[in-house]
Amino acid sequence: MKIPYYPGCTLNTVAKGFDTSARHSAVLLGFELKDLDQWNCCGAAFPLTPDNVMGLTAPAKVLSNARKEGDTVTTLCSVCYNVLKRTNKVVRDDKEKRAVINGFIEEEYDGSLNVIHFLEVLRDKIGFDNVKKAVKRPLKGIKAGAYYGCMLLRPFEDMGIDNAEAPTIFEDLLKSLGCEPVEFPNKIECCGAHLAMGNEDVVTKLSGNVLSSAKNKGAEIIVTSCPLCQYNLEKSQQRLAEGAGNLQMPILYFTQLLGLALGQDEGSLGLDKNLFDVRPVLKGKGV
Amino acid sequence: MQIKLGKENLHSEFVKLIERISGEELANCYQCGNCTGGCPVSYAMDFGPREIIRLLQLGQEDVVKKANSMWLCVGCLQCYCRCPKGVSAAKILEALRQITLRKGEDHEAIKEVPFPFLKNAPQQAIVCGFRKFVS
Repeated sequence: MKIPYYPGCTLNTVAKGFDTSARHSAVLLGFELKDLDQWNCCGAAFPLTPDNVMGLTAPAKVLSNARKEGDTVTTLCSVCYNVLKRTNKVVRDDKEKRAVINGFIEEEYDGSLNVIHFLEVLRDKIGFDNVKKAVKRPLKGIKAGAYYGCMLLRPFEDMGIDNAEAPTIFEDLLKSLGCEPVEFPNKIECCGAHLAMGNEDVVTKLSGNVLSSAKNKGAEIIVTSCPLCQYNLEKSQQRLAEGAGNLQMPILYFTQLLGLALGQDEGSLGLDKNLFDVRPVLKGKGV
Repeated sequence: MQIKLGKENLHSEFVKLIERISGEELANCYQCGNCTGGCPVSYAMDFGPREIIRLLQLGQEDVVKKANSMWLCVGCLQCYCRCPKGVSAAKILEALRQITLRKGEDHEAIKEVPFPFLKNAPQQAIVCGFRKFVS
C-alpha cells in the first residue's frame, strides 16, 4: 500500500527525525509513504479572516496537486494537518470561495481529497492491534505523557480526529507500543506556538506548565506530533534549567517511539537531535 | 475607567469593520467568560478575550487598540471550542491584528528577529510568526 504523503517544510529541515522515523516505521508496518511530486508550504496557520481567501491559496495548491495522485493525502505535522484539512473543507463546502481560489491557483480543485493524519493511518488503516503485533521491542514500563497541543484537535467540527477535550488516540498508540501512558491536565493546552518569535517569556510559562503538569503525574518522557511544540518544550526546558525548575525529560515525536518499538535502526530515528536522549531512560527500564 | 456610551460608539465604523473581517457578531457574546477561563495567555493580556469583546460591544476602539491582547493571542482556539454561543474570540483578535497589518504597520521588525531563532526554529514558527506580526 502506497499513501501519498505531504512532508511540509519543517520535516524537510529541522525535524528530519520525525520524517525519517515515520517513513521507516511505515515500511516495517507494510506500507509506503510516497512523497507528492509537487508541494509547497501550507502557510503554517489557517487564516482566521473569512473576509479574505489569499491565505487559502497555498494550501489549496497542495491539495489540488495531491488530488492528482489519489483520493487521500497524509501528513505528520499537526499544523500542516490542521491547515490542509480545514482548507479542504472550505473548498468543498463554499462554492463561491472555491471559484475565487481556483481562479488564483489556476486549477479546478473541488475539495474531494481525504486529508488524514499519520495517526489516523495507524488507527484506521493499519489498526493499533496490528501495530502491537509488529512490535519487536515492547517499551515496557516507560511512562509517556501524550501531548496533543492545539492544532491536531481544534476546532472539533473541522478536525474530528478525536474528542477535542478528552482525546485518547495518542494514548491508544502508546499502549500498543507497550508504554504506560500518563494522563496529565495540560495535554491539550497550548505551548505558546509562534510567540517563540518575540515573546519567549510567555512560551516559557506555557510550555513550563505543560512540562510540570506531565512531570507531576509521573511522566518520564513527552510525546508530540508537532515540531513547534517539540521546539518550544525543549527550549523552555533549557531556559527553566537556568532558574530553579528542573523539568528535563526527553521530548519525542511519536514516530520516534514507534520506530524504537518496531525495532528500527536507532541511527535513522534522529534521536541525537533531541535535547535529552531517550536511550538512558530505556536502558534504565531494561528495554 | 470611565466609558462614555453613545450611538456613535456602539455602531462605529470600527466595530463594523471588526465584524466584517472576523465574520463574528459581537452581540452574540453574553459575557460568560468561558473564553478567558480557557485562554492560556489571558494572564499576560491587558484585557482577556471576554473583556475585549465587551469593550468592542461598547465601541471602545481606543482602549482595545492600545491593549496588548491581540498580539498575545496564539490562535489555539480553546476560546472558540468552549464558547456556548459559538463566538470565536480568536477571530475577533485576528481582525484587530489585521486592521494594523493591512495598513502596512508591522508589529515585529524583521531585522530584529534574532539570528539563532531564524536558524534553529521550525520553519512553521517563522512562517506563522511573520504572518501574525508582519504586514
